[in-house]
Parts: sequence; structure tokens; C-alpha cells
Amino acid sequence: MRDIQDILKERILILDGAMGTMLQRYKFQEADFRGERFKDWEHPLQGNNDLLSLTQPEAIAAVHAKYFEAGADIVETNTFSGTTIAMADYHMESLVYELNYESARIAREVADEFTAKEPDKPRFVAGSIGPTNKTASMSPDVNDPGYRAISFDELRIAYKQQVEALLDGGSDILLVETIFDTLNAKAALFAIEEVKEERQMNVPIMVSGTITDASGRTLSGQTAEAFLISISHIPILSVGFNCALGASQLVPHLEVLSNRTDYAVSAHPNAGLPNAFGEYDETPEQMAAQIKEYVEKGLVNIVGGCCGTTPDHISEIAALVKAYRPRVLGEKHFSI
Amino acid sequence: MSTETNIVNNSSTVTNENPRYLKLSGLEPLVITPESNFVNVGERTNVAGSKKFLRLIKEEKFEEALDVAREQVEGGAQIIDINMDDGLIDGKEAMVKFLNLVIAEPDIARVPIMIDSSKWDIIEAGLQVVQGKCVVNSISLKEGEAQFIQQAKLIKRYGAAVIVMAFDEVGQADNYDRRIEISKRSYDILVHQVGFSPEDIIFDLNIFPVATGMDEHRLNAIDFIEATRWVRENLPYASVSGGVSNVSFSFRGNNPVREAMHSVFLYHAIKAGMNIGIVNPSMLEVYDDIPKDLLEHVEDVILNRRDDATERLLTFAESVVGKAKESTVDLSWREEPLQNRVTRALVKGIDQYIVEDVEEARKSVAKPIEVIEGHLMTGMNVVGDLFGSGKMFLPQVVKSARVMKKAVAYLLPYIEEEKRNNPQADQADGAGKILMATVKGDVHDIGKNIVSVVLACNNYEIVDLGVMVPPEKIIDAAIEHNVDIIGLSGLITPSLDEMVHLAKEMNRKNFHIPLLIGGATTSKAHTAVKIDPQYKAAVVHVNDASRAVTVVGDLLQKETGDRYKNDLKEEYAVFRDKFLKRSVKKEYKTLSAARANKFQIDWERASISTPNTMGIQVIETLDLEKLVPFIDWTPFFRSWDLHGKYPAILTDTVVGTQAQELFDDAQEMLKTILSEKQLTAKGVFGLFQANTVAEDDIEVKAGEATYLFRTLRQQLQRKAGVPDYALADFIAPKETGISDYIGCFCVTTGFGTAELAAGYEKNLDDYSAIMIKALADRFAEAFAEYLHKEVRLNHWGYAGKEQLSNEELINEKYKGIRPAPGYPACPDHLEKLTIWEVLQVEERIGVQLTESLAMWPAASVSGYYFANPEARYFGLGKIKDDQVSDFASRKGIPIEEARKWLAPNIAEE
Repeated sequence: MRDIQDILKERILILDGAMGTMLQRYKFQEADFRGERFKDWEHPLQGNNDLLSLTQPEAIAAVHAKYFEAGADIVETNTFSGTTIAMADYHMESLVYELNYESARIAREVADEFTAKEPDKPRFVAGSIGPTNKTASMSPDVNDPGYRAISFDELRIAYKQQVEALLDGGSDILLVETIFDTLNAKAALFAIEEVKEERQMNVPIMVSGTITDASGRTLSGQTAEAFLISISHIPILSVGFNCALGASQLVPHLEVLSNRTDYAVSAHPNAGLPNAFGEYDETPEQMAAQIKEYVEKGLVNIVGGCCGTTPDHISEIAALVKAYRPRVLGEKHFSI
Repeated sequence: MSTETNIVNNSSTVTNENPRYLKLSGLEPLVITPESNFVNVGERTNVAGSKKFLRLIKEEKFEEALDVAREQVEGGAQIIDINMDDGLIDGKEAMVKFLNLVIAEPDIARVPIMIDSSKWDIIEAGLQVVQGKCVVNSISLKEGEAQFIQQAKLIKRYGAAVIVMAFDEVGQADNYDRRIEISKRSYDILVHQVGFSPEDIIFDLNIFPVATGMDEHRLNAIDFIEATRWVRENLPYASVSGGVSNVSFSFRGNNPVREAMHSVFLYHAIKAGMNIGIVNPSMLEVYDDIPKDLLEHVEDVILNRRDDATERLLTFAESVVGKAKESTVDLSWREEPLQNRVTRALVKGIDQYIVEDVEEARKSVAKPIEVIEGHLMTGMNVVGDLFGSGKMFLPQVVKSARVMKKAVAYLLPYIEEEKRNNPQADQADGAGKILMATVKGDVHDIGKNIVSVVLACNNYEIVDLGVMVPPEKIIDAAIEHNVDIIGLSGLITPSLDEMVHLAKEMNRKNFHIPLLIGGATTSKAHTAVKIDPQYKAAVVHVNDASRAVTVVGDLLQKETGDRYKNDLKEEYAVFRDKFLKRSVKKEYKTLSAARANKFQIDWERASISTPNTMGIQVIETLDLEKLVPFIDWTPFFRSWDLHGKYPAILTDTVVGTQAQELFDDAQEMLKTILSEKQLTAKGVFGLFQANTVAEDDIEVKAGEATYLFRTLRQQLQRKAGVPDYALADFIAPKETGISDYIGCFCVTTGFGTAELAAGYEKNLDDYSAIMIKALADRFAEAFAEYLHKEVRLNHWGYAGKEQLSNEELINEKYKGIRPAPGYPACPDHLEKLTIWEVLQVEERIGVQLTESLAMWPAASVSGYYFANPEARYFGLGKIKDDQVSDFASRKGIPIEEARKWLAPNIAEE
């Protein structure tokens, strides 16, 4: 299979859209989430989307297939909450390895089917590594600003387990995403480096932060450039932003990254901002019209969607970017 | 290892698009390019280098320790060095705790952090809590290659840059060759074996003292400088750093010489390529300002230009010390050129000669306004720079302002005349116009006046509307004077609501100028949550005078002001969101649950003393001399932005000199107040029979009449076993059948203050105007302390033979308490109305309550007396709606009114 690094020089790669939005269409109930295997689990499981990789694997595979059909080069594994830290909500810490392994395996199978059908367009699996539900550099208690609900080491250990399972299940890429606290991401990158060293292997890493509001800062307070500097210490495939904002609002922050890094730049924004009911209602056409600014300005190398996006959005975006050249890459970056 | 090596080999064979600069980050980036000025690392947050910081950490005064960090960032430090290496503290724990707190302060955390320790476990613990890209200070080959490589690898993995000490297995590099040998070897290992980015390497090439008298030290400075040059030319992308004060170590005690040595050393080292360093900015002379003869002697030593350089500098240094000592009475500056004299008068706050100098200046220019724009502004800019860089302190700046005002006042008639003769002439254009006001119902203005003076010093025109200013008047004046910023001040809690109201009004009237909020009860949280959402333009909370200058400067900056305003708006929105999200997490008890958990006194066994004298007594005038020993000076210094405990503050290394000078001026004025009886001390107090009724109310029998004090009870969910206090718990409940007692009082020393202050202001002497108010406040507090003692020992007499020093009084070592409405145990100001009724305060001593229930004159104190030995001070904290409605119905007032008065203490839903 061709090196993703070489393909990045030739064209803009398409990342998939939202998994959650697609799964909502199945209207799974508590019993569906449980399946046969967890029918007696002591805690409610509805909402644990990562678990569906074990209990509804056909649905997960079907969503991946839809995104590949829509033109995605890369799909993300269904593992956004696949750490012991995030799974504690469901008391499923002991299942973390299996969840990640199975999710990666399902995506791998679907990707291989598509690559076999269309060998000129190899499909990739990115192991999705979410931010967890705790912050390492902010206190949840306003009266005790020095308090931390989670430590670097706790995060590092949890991430390491997820990384190992994602790689064992067949991920081509690791995607550290939706970073609202850079320190969490640094723990994930630390864990990845440890695994790489122990296994004497290499794996492309995508890093994607989240600008939480129009001030252009992450939740933990960093500007786009400070964020970039804080995660550039190890070789990565790409750096970018996802979630929280619609495509247009990301432009100034992508410009900062694009001007200041030699790594590839990625973006997978939401389908606009949520409306009063918390739904994303930007149409594929509306979203693609905004993505057009990215490609006209040559800001990105990888583009896809986050919350509220569907295969229709991805298909529209894929059609749009075909006509554009990718952002020119600097030379100082990752190679295998 | 092989993977890392591969990556390096790959990347080192290709060219880079983005230049390889040392890039660091806090919340904001710091990119050090060849064009960057010398990067100064703040070093006051280092327990090894700052006694004050060490003490704060030892005493776990982390709030004050944070202030040290904040001052450095505001003073221009681009990186802050944090070091906790001390035998008496747990360095790892202190490092993590302090860093966690620093990270929570956006105005500090915006700069990158240098994690400084000789212990690896402290460094690693630090790296684990900082999201930005830090600098590790330091590692070296001292313990061999294996450890060096291991640590460097981890530092890279944590994403930090590193300072490498020129130190190896043999020892510390102390000459040119060794410095080169060790830095080259370290660099090669880091870049080729570890895969460390060369731009992330900073060499500390060891700055050692010169002029020690030992021959082997003569090359110390020049070897460092030359080694620096070699590193920058031969080790691509690496930086060079060092601690500069070492070089002058042998001249400890002679600051003029030390300052000159630092400047000379830096001048040459920076030219050779030293781009980062630890320099105390107050120990630095401007290179160009070093007297020629001193410069020559110092350069001889630094550059090792003569064999007898050290002896010559030593001899010369004695004469420099002599001069420095004499300078207080030295009038030779009067011989200097005009501008120097004007600048000196402003910087030193000497008003003796300013009129004659200004007259000389006026004769030398075409139009009198040019003296203000030229001579005076040149001097004031020096003052502004010195203040901004932490080399001058607030009281000095206020004195400078006094000189400035005198000078301007002298010029005004000439300027008016010029205008009449030449009406077409261009008008002077100030930096901006700022309206300042203490809001309706509030009388406190010391802080507001200080901020006004400091801003005026920075060339802003101030429209000061004084105290108790109604919102309409603020709005009208803002329009009339076309001001650029409005600054609101207030000390009592009802003022917070006034500020919210004014923000709404400004919004309704379509204002778009920034709004500054300051004063003791204001906070960033209140500003962000309550005021900011009411006003579409920028709102900023400013808590001290030096920050006010920075903030106003940023707001009015033509090019970047708009962006700053937008940033502020966002910052406050984020802060608000976080605050609201977090405050939900607090849990509260119901009022009835809290009452069930009240503080229990065993009334059967309680010893209750009957007052010796019941009823009301008036003190028509009290000899002020009696109050002097009761004065607590610490808050006096605080009101001048000088922080520290009296008397230790007088010998503090940073602010000591200034504190002593301020204290001397205060003593001088104190003498005049006493000898001329400028202030009058009046008081009224009463001791009454009282019992707690209906859980939280205190029923007071004063003569025939019965009054009720309503107290409020803590509701915040706390640890099991901790009672939920209300002041009522300290008085025996009526159902016990026991006769108990309560007292209340009001004292004032404020009559006469306003007139005296107005007199000083008329004489353009803001310094004394602020001073008299600050002293009157101290007298009022001292009076309250004095009277409390009299009550304990005589009038009530429960304390028997108490023997307490003034210090013990200040530390509240006495039995029984005197809480004051508006303060933490009873934040509700409404009870003042009851005290006024019970004691007939206004009729008896003339102290009035404003519509916001502030006392007028401002230098007044009122409160209750509780005698029970178990009575203690506590903070009410937040209360819930059930208590608000209960309070309203007990008091017989509409719930909206109760909500308004209790607003600062009502928990968010």
C-alpha cells in the first residue's frame, strides 16, 4: 500500500464525518446497546456508542462503508470514549482493550474491502483517541483552582492501553482529537511515543485541537499558535482543528497553523453551530461552500466533518476538493 | 533508540520551510528569533534567590506567592523561572501546587514557564502539570552520559526545551576551552543520539564573578563572552543564557558598581550572542548612563584590559559608594541642564524647585504648552517607564503627580493667555480622557483617587466626579466630556448592584466606551457574571493601580485596542461560563437542616457576665493620642499598593525603602493631626439585655423598646461535624430562661477629613489628600479596637484582667467578637439601620447612612459586641433562596428587596 505521506503531496485527503449522527438514525434503545452479552449489566448502557462495536458491529461497519462510498480516504474508529477514564461512566473499564481492538478491526475490514475494489485509492483507518471527560490542567472546582481531577500519569496509562489496542486491531494512523486541554493531548502523545519505542515501530499521528469559542482559544486557554508549539515536539503527520465551531469560524485559526507549521494541516468542523435544540442543520451544500475557502486559500491537506455531518456532507466535500491542489507541505515532517 | 535515530537522520537531510527558532508557549506563544530582543527571565519566583518568595512558600501563602509571579509578568518578564529547591520544603509538592495555581491565572500563565531544579523528580513532576512548552533548567553531563541521555529523552517526550549547564563528569567549565568542549559534546549527544531539536537547546555557560582579587578569575567574564560567541557560531540554532548577577558578586553592597557591571557585561555578552538571561531589572544601569570614568574601570575588569584593573576598580568603587550616600543632601543636580532637573524633580517627587525650573523652560520655548508637552512629559514618561518596570512604587508616583500638578498650575495662566492671543492654535491632545466616579451610595474613594493620579501621571486627562455619584450624572458627564473610558469604584457590596445598573444604562444609551470596575468588594467573577453581560462593549476588572495603566493603555491603543476589547469580551465570556458551570457543583443545605446543625453552646454551664454599665453611652470627643498605639499599620501600606506586614515591610528588600519613606510621611502628618487636633473622634455604644428568638433573630431590650437583629446562617454543605453558624448562636435562646446580653457601637474619626483633603487638593497635593483619608481610616479602626477593649475590661467587664499587646489585638486574640454589618459574618448591610435606631447614631454623633447604607463620613466603624467566650468570627458564604424568603418575611420586606440587599451572598441556581 502506498505511503499516506506521498499521497498527501498529491491531493487533499478526505476524512469521514460523524459516527454519532449516523448511529442516531438507528434509534437504538437500551436493549440494543446491551445486546445479548450485556443484558444483565448492572448499569445503564444506552448512550455508550463505543459499546456498539461489540453489540451492533454490523451498524458500525455499515456507517464506515457509507463514508468510504461517499469518498472518504480515512475513517475514524468508533473509539472516541475508549479509555478507562471515559468508560468509568458505564463501569466498563475492563472492556477497554476489547472495545478498541474490535472497533479497529471492523474499520480495518471495511477499509480493506474498499481498497481491494479500488487499489488506486487506498483507504486508511485512523484510531480515534478522544480527550476523555477530565482535564489535567484545569480545576473543576472554582474555589480550589489548584485541584486537578486527573493526573498526567493516569492519562498516560489509560491512553497507552487504548493505543496498544487500536494498533493491534489494525489502525494505520492514530488520531488524537477534540483536544480541549493540551496537557491531556501531551499525555496521549507521550503514551504513543512509549508504545512506538517498546514495539520498535512507527505510526503516523494526527493531532486535532478544539477551539471552543470565537476568541480563538482552547478551553484550557491557549491560542492556536501556543497550541501548535505545545504539540510540535514529536514528529506528527498533521495538526488541525475539529469540532465546536462551524467551518467558517475555523478559517483564521487554520491560517495560523498553515503559516507556522511544516506538518500537514487537517480540519474536520461541525455542520455549523447547533441550533436552539442542539441539532446541527447545516446542509452539505452550505458546509461545502465554506470548506471552499479552505481549499481556495490552500490551508488544508486533510478535511472531513465532525458533529452533525453525514455521508452526504462528505460526498459534497469530496466532490469539491477534487478540483483543488493540496496545501504545499514543508519538508520537515514525519516519514516512515 | 533506533527509531529516534532514523527520524533524525531523515529530517536532518532535508531543508525546512519554517525557520528553526526556539519556540515556547504558555497560553500564548513566545518565539525567539534572531531579531528578538534579549529575553528576560523573571527570577523572583525562586526560593533560592528570593527570601520573600521562600518565606511565602514556607508559610503556604500561595496567593501572595502568585502575586510575585504576576508582578514579574506585568513587569515584562517573558518567561518565569520557578524553583522550589530548599531543604525545608517538599520541593516536588510545592512545585506541583504552585504550578497548578499559576496555570489557573491567565495573566500569569500566558508566558512560558522555566521549571528550575537540581532534582530530576521535581523537574518531571513540573513537566507533568504544564500544558505549554516549558524550559527545563537544567541538565548536564555531571553524572555521566547515560543519565543525561535518559533525562533529555524524557524532556523531549514531555515537549520542553532544555538548559544545559556547562558541567561534565570532571566538573564545571571554568575557562574558554572547557566551555566549548562541554557544550560541543552535549550538543552532539542531544542532536545526534537523542534526536533533540537543536533550536530547543539553551546553554548556560556559567557566569562567574570577576574582580575577586584572584588571578584565575580575571578571565571569567571574557571567557564566558567568547564562549558564547563560539557556541552561536558553531552549534546551529542553539541559544545561550546565564544568571547575570553572579558576575558582580565581589561588589555586594555597592549597587552603583554592581549595576554598572551588569550593564557592561550584558552589553558585550548580548553582542556575542547571549539571547536569554536572568537579570534583576532593578539592578541594571542604562549602559549609556554609566559615568564615563566608572564605565572605563568596569570595562577594564569585564574585558580584562589591564593587569591592575581589579585594584583600580576597587579604589574607584569606594568613591562611588561615598557619592551614593551623600546624594540625599547633594544639590549638585541643580547644576545640571534644565531637562535633567525637571526629570529629576518628577522622578524624585521634589517640588521645591519646580516652579523656577518651569519658568526657565517657559522662557525657552515659543508657546507655554510646549513645556507640558516637552519638558514635563519627557520627565513623566521616565516616571511611567520606571513604574511600569517595577522600579518605582505607587507612593513615589503619587508624589511625582504632585510635582506635575504644581508645574501645570503655574503654566495654566500663560496657556490661557496664549489661547486668547492666538485662538487658532492647535490644542494639546492627551492620551485619552477617563471619567472616574465612586458610585451612588458609596463614599470610599482612596483607591479611586490613587488610580486617577497614576493615570494622570501617564498623560491621561481625568474627569473625577467624586463620591456618591448617581448614574445619570455619570452618563451625562461622560457625554459632555466625550470621555474614552469610564472607571467605577465602590467598596461596599450594594455598590456592586449600582455598577450593574450603570452598565445597563450605558448599554441602553448606546455607549461603546470601555468600562473599568474596581474597589475592594469587586471581583473578576462578579464583573464577568453580573456586569459584563449587561454591556455590549468591554468591561474590565482592575484591582490595582499599576494594572490600571496597562489596561487603559491597551484599551486606547489605536492599532490593537479593538482586538484587545474583543479579547476581553471573550475572556470574560469564557470566565463566566466556567464560573457558572463550576458553581453548580456546590451543594447547600436547606435552611431548616442548617438550623438543626447550629453551633451549640451548653447554656446550662455557660458563664454569662452581666455588663457593669447597661444602656447607651456617648463619647463626645476622645483624645486622638489614646488611639495611636491601637493603629494597625499593615492595611495602611496595602492602601498604597505596598504589600507586606508592618513592621517587617519597612525592611523588605523590595519595597522597604519606599515603605519607610511613606511611613515617615505618615508620621509627620500624624503629628500635625494630633497637635492641631485636625480630626475629631466621636463614638456611641450601648450594652443591652438580649436573647435569641425564632432560631436566628436576636431580640434586644433597650429601655422600654424592643428591637430585633436578624442574623443569617451558613448553608453551604461542608464536612460532617462542622456546625452551620449564625451570630444568633452566640446569644442564649429565650426558651433557656437565661438573661444574656449584646452590645452595638458606632465610632468615627472622619469629621474634618473631607475639608482637609479638599484643602490639599486645592493645593494640588493629591499625595497628602490621599494620606489624610488613609490615616483617618486607620484612626477609625483604632478607635473601634480601643473602644472594644474598654468595653471588655470596663463597661461590660467580662474580660477581667486581659493583658494583650497591640499585635495580639490585631490578631484578634481577645475573647468575644465585634462583627460589623457588611463584613463576612453578617454581610447584610440592612442591620445597620437597626443599630442606628437602637443607638440613635445620627442624632448622637452625626454619622449618617447613605442610600446604599455606607457610613458618612467614610472613616467610621460600626458593629455588634458578643461576649460569649465561644463566639468567633466566621464567613457566612452563600445562602439559598429559602433563607432569602425566610429573611424577607422575618423582616417584613418584599422578597425582591431582600434579594437586592443579599445579592452578593445568594448562591446561583
